[in-house]
Amino acid sequence: MAARSLMGDTQLRKNVRHATDVIQAKRRRVVDEMPDWQALRESGRQIREHTMLHLEEYLEEFERNCTAAGGTVHWAPDAAAAREIILRLVKASGSDEVIKIKSMTTEEIQLNRALEAVGVKAYETDLAELIIQLGQDQPSHIVVPALHKNRQQIRAIFQREMNLPELGETAQDLADAARRFLREKFLRVKTGVSGANFLIAETGGVCVVESEGNGRMCLTLPETLITVAGIDKVVPRFQDLEVLLQLLPRSATGERMNPYNSIWTGVRQGDGPQSFHVVLLDNGRSSMLADEEAKQTLNCIRCGACQNACPVYRQTGGHAYGSVYAGPIGAILTPQLQQMEHAQSLPYASSLCGACYEVCPVKINIPEVLIHLRNKVVKQDTAGVAGLFNAEAAAMKTMAMIFRSERRFRAAQRLGRVAEGPLVRNDGSGEGWIGWLPGLLGGWTAVRDLREMPKQTFREWWEERGTRDGQ
Amino acid sequence: MVEVLERLGHTVDFPAGQTCCGQMHYNTGYQAEAMPLLERFVAQFKGSEAVVVPSSSCVAMMRDHYPKMAAELAEPGLKRDVAELLPRVYEFSEFLTKRLGLTDVGAYYPHRVTYHASCHGLRNLGLGDGPQQLLKAVRGIDLVEIQGLEQCCGFGGTFAVKNAEVSSAMLAEKTNAILNTRAEACTACDNSCLMHIEGALHRQRTGVRTVHLAEILASTEGGARVAAPVKVGL
Repeated sequence: MAARSLMGDTQLRKNVRHATDVIQAKRRRVVDEMPDWQALRESGRQIREHTMLHLEEYLEEFERNCTAAGGTVHWAPDAAAAREIILRLVKASGSDEVIKIKSMTTEEIQLNRALEAVGVKAYETDLAELIIQLGQDQPSHIVVPALHKNRQQIRAIFQREMNLPELGETAQDLADAARRFLREKFLRVKTGVSGANFLIAETGGVCVVESEGNGRMCLTLPETLITVAGIDKVVPRFQDLEVLLQLLPRSATGERMNPYNSIWTGVRQGDGPQSFHVVLLDNGRSSMLADEEAKQTLNCIRCGACQNACPVYRQTGGHAYGSVYAGPIGAILTPQLQQMEHAQSLPYASSLCGACYEVCPVKINIPEVLIHLRNKVVKQDTAGVAGLFNAEAAAMKTMAMIFRSERRFRAAQRLGRVAEGPLVRNDGSGEGWIGWLPGLLGGWTAVRDLREMPKQTFREWWEERGTRDGQ
Repeated sequence: MVEVLERLGHTVDFPAGQTCCGQMHYNTGYQAEAMPLLERFVAQFKGSEAVVVPSSSCVAMMRDHYPKMAAELAEPGLKRDVAELLPRVYEFSEFLTKRLGLTDVGAYYPHRVTYHASCHGLRNLGLGDGPQQLLKAVRGIDLVEIQGLEQCCGFGGTFAVKNAEVSSAMLAEKTNAILNTRAEACTACDNSCLMHIEGALHRQRTGVRTVHLAEILASTEGGARVAAPVKVGL
C-alpha cells in the first residue's frame, strides 16, 4: 500500500473524510427507515450466491435472449481480448470518437488508453468521470470516482480544460459548464460505450443505474452501443432486480432509488442504437469461482458502501491502494483478478474492524476473505529456500513455538522482562515505558509508547495467591 | 476479573497450560501455526463449566474460526469438542450480562470514564450496550459517551506495524475523541485496543489512563484505583 506518499496530502484526506461522512449519513438514514433491511440483505446474498453456483447456465441464457432480441454477445477471456473486441467494434462503427457511461470495468481493462493508442477519442460523460478525465487523474472510488476532489479543485480543472476563465464556483455553475461541454458530444458522437450494473438472463436485458441522465443519453442517442460487463454481473430473473435495486442505491448513494434506471434489451427498429454488442469479460473471475472461501467476492454489486465505512480508506483515499478497485472490496478483488504477486500488500491494508461486512448489502464477509488471502500470501512467501530467510515468518514461527509449551511461555515472559530492560525508561511517575523499538516494531513507537511488562504477571500473581491462601 | 467473579460467588480456576488463542497468527496469515494453539485451548478448557475471557477479540477468534479450523484438521474428536466447548466460552462482560443476567456487580468507581467499543466485541460478538449497562450500574462513575463509538482505534494486530502510518492516523482520531470527553480514563473489553490507545495517550502526556472494564468492576468502596496499571499477559 503506497499510503506513505499520500498520507501527507491533507487536502485529499480532508475531501475523502468529508465526502464519506456525507454519504454514510445519507445511507444510514435510508437504511434505518427499512424495517426489512436485514431480510433484504439476506435475499441479496442468496440471489448472488445462487447465481454464482449456476453462472455458466445464466450466462448462456443471457446470450440466447440478448441475441434473440437483436444484440451480439462477445466473450472476452481477459482484458486484452476485451480491448481487441471493442476496438474492432468501434472501428466497424466508422467513428473515431466514443461517448462513455461511467464504468469501472472499462477502467479495469484500461480501455481509454487503448482507444487513444489507435486514435479514437473517448469522452467520459459521467460528471465525476469527466472531472477525472480532464484532470488526467484516476478514479478513487467505485461509485464516486472524483470523491477526492473538492469544488474549488473541480472548478480549476474546468477553467483550465474547458477554457472558461470566468467560471463561477457554485455547484450550479459547474454542472452547467459540464452540461454545455457534453451536450454537443451527445448529439454528434455516433458510438457509445457503457458498463452494466446487471445483465438479466431471463430477458437478455442490460441494466444501468445512474444519477445524472447522461447515461440515458449514451444509451439512446448513438447508432452503435457497446456494453462491457464482467461475467459476475448476471442475475437470473427480472424480478431479482426488485431486491437488488433496493439494496444498491440505498447502499451506494443513500438514495431510495436511482434517478435514472435504464434497462435496454437488444435492438428496436427505429429507436435507439441499431447495432448493439455486449462484451462479457472474465479476466480472472471464473478462476475465482474455484476458491470456496474467496468466491463470495464475486457477489459484489459495486455499491462502494464498504469504502465509505472503511477507516483505512477514509484515511488514505482510493489511490493509495494502487488498484482500480480500492477500499475493502478492492483489497480482496484486486489480488484475485490480477496475479497474487502484484497485490501482496492489499490483503494487509485492513485492521479487520468489520465495518465493511456490516454495511455490505449482499453480506460479503470481507474480513474473512482478507484473512484467507493473507494465508495465500504467507504460503507463497514462506515457500522454498527464500522462505527460510523471511524475518516475519521466522518471528511468527518462533512465537508459535513458544505458545505451544507452558514451559517456554513462562521462560519467554521472564526473558522478555530482561530483554526489554535497556529500552525501558522511567516516565517520571515511577512507571517504566518503552519509547523506541528497533526494526519493523519501530512503526509502533513512531507515535506510541509501550508500557513495560508488568513486574508480576497474572500467572505469577495467581500462583503466589494460591500458595498464600494454601489452595 | 478474578476478583469480580469470586465476589459474585463463583469458583475461578486458571489452567496453567494455557497460552494464546492463535488470533495473531491466524489473522496475519499463519493459519498452520494457529492450529496447534486451537488443540491446546481445547485440551486446557474442555472440562470447564464456563470459560470467561477478558478479551473480545480472542473470543471472536474462537467463535468465528475455531469450528472451521477444527473441520480442516479433520479430527472428528476435536471437531466435536470444539462444537461442545464454544457455547460455554464467554467474553467477560457477556458472561455477566447474558449468562448471569447481571448489570450491577457492586462496583464503586468515582471517576470520569469513557467506553471504547472494540470492533470484535461490537461487530463479531454483538455485545451491544452490555458493557455500558455494566458501567452505568457502577456507583460514583461519571460515564461519558465518546464520539464515533463504532470507529476502529487502528490497532488491528500486525496492521499497527505493517501499516503504521494509517494505523497512527486512525489512532489519532480515537485519542482526540477520548480527549474531547475530558474523561480521566478510557475503558474497553479488550486489552489490545487499550494497549494501542494508552501508547498514544502516554506519548502525548495527556494524563488520561486506560483501564480494562474488569478493573472498574473490581473496584469497590475504599478500593478505587484509577491509576492502577493495566495487567498485561497471562
